[in-house]
Amino acid sequence: MNTMSEKANDHEEIESLLPWHAAGTLSRRDAERVERALASDQELVRRFNLVREELAETIHLNESLGAPSARAMEKLFAAIDAEGALKRKPGFSFDLRTRVSELFSGFAPRTLAYASAAAALVILLQAGLIGGIMLKSGAGYNTASAPDVKVDSLDLYVNFVPQASTDEVTKFLRARQASIVEGPKGAGTYRVRFAVTGLPKEELARLVKDLQQNRNIVSSEFEAPATK
Amino acid sequence: MSANQATSDEVLIGRIAKGDRLAMQVLFARHHVRVYRFVLRLVGNPSVAEDLISEVFLDVWRQADRFEGRSAVSTWMLAIARFKALSALRKRPDEELDDEAAEAIEDVSDNPEVALQKKDKSAVLRQCLEKLSPEHKEIIDLVYYHEKSVEEVAEIVGIPENTVKTRMFYARKKLSELLQAAGIERGWP
Repeated sequence: MNTMSEKANDHEEIESLLPWHAAGTLSRRDAERVERALASDQELVRRFNLVREELAETIHLNESLGAPSARAMEKLFAAIDAEGALKRKPGFSFDLRTRVSELFSGFAPRTLAYASAAAALVILLQAGLIGGIMLKSGAGYNTASAPDVKVDSLDLYVNFVPQASTDEVTKFLRARQASIVEGPKGAGTYRVRFAVTGLPKEELARLVKDLQQNRNIVSSEFEAPATK
Repeated sequence: MSANQATSDEVLIGRIAKGDRLAMQVLFARHHVRVYRFVLRLVGNPSVAEDLISEVFLDVWRQADRFEGRSAVSTWMLAIARFKALSALRKRPDEELDDEAAEAIEDVSDNPEVALQKKDKSAVLRQCLEKLSPEHKEIIDLVYYHEKSVEEVAEIVGIPENTVKTRMFYARKKLSELLQAAGIERGWP
């Protein structure tokens, strides 16, 4: 009795696999099981032929649906362009870390000690230089262009808040007629070009104030040197 | 899909994750027609289907770095496409759905008879395939046209593997009933 019910279950199971056997998507083991059953069961063969008819007409039906117009691709790539420069590059930091650790692991301890001392000295010198420049020119932003000539764009280096989504950043930039022209550099800094209409100093002050009021999107900003 | 193509789809996704626009173009060229047809069979409107596939591939662009390769890229994309299509269907106003449903009923009730008069069994079969419910259409398309295994269908639709087999059985049973109503007796089930 048990054997009979097992046999019936097995037959049912084999029959349920026929659609996948016709489509060629069964594992080798299951495909062989179905083939063995087909070799000795004429009714199963008849049912398999029904499945094959269904498969052929499903393909025919789908193939007759045509293809989308070029609009789909244009729309996609316009959206990609809008956020293209913001695309995250997850592999970057990992690669950099790996490379740096590989580089240092090749040095002897004494070499590393000398290199650390030299690096500390360089940092001190840099700090002194930057401090000197800041004292001379005064704190705050300066524009590279002539202060009394109107400009139509200004570049700022901008860091976005990591929690800000791509959509939010895209919307934020669009609202200010701004676009990313370079980046990300180093610690996720982008060079962003803002469309402006007035004197550089005034426009810069206005932009900085605007960005500072949107700390949910922009974490920091500083003026980018003018491109040559 | 060949093993080579499966591999290169994964390679493409890796490049897309790094912002490679050309890789995105290749992936789009390779899959957009099938994804479009899958969505079109669900939403029934070519213009909506076109908009949706742009959204599907935009999601692929955005999420490529999160693709873990546990399933084929095409399976992953069809799952995204299905989610988008069902969301779009839920957003559509009732009147629009009613109109389309009415059109579908009208088409199918007349055409099998006409086609049968021409003794075109294949055409009747296609008409009956169109008359299936979205749930049954979906599973038939995934198995026969998109060549998805039991496991892959389970992943795309979000149901257990045994339910996949049962749903396929009932979809085919319904198809037989529709054929019988159109005058074609198959002797199954």
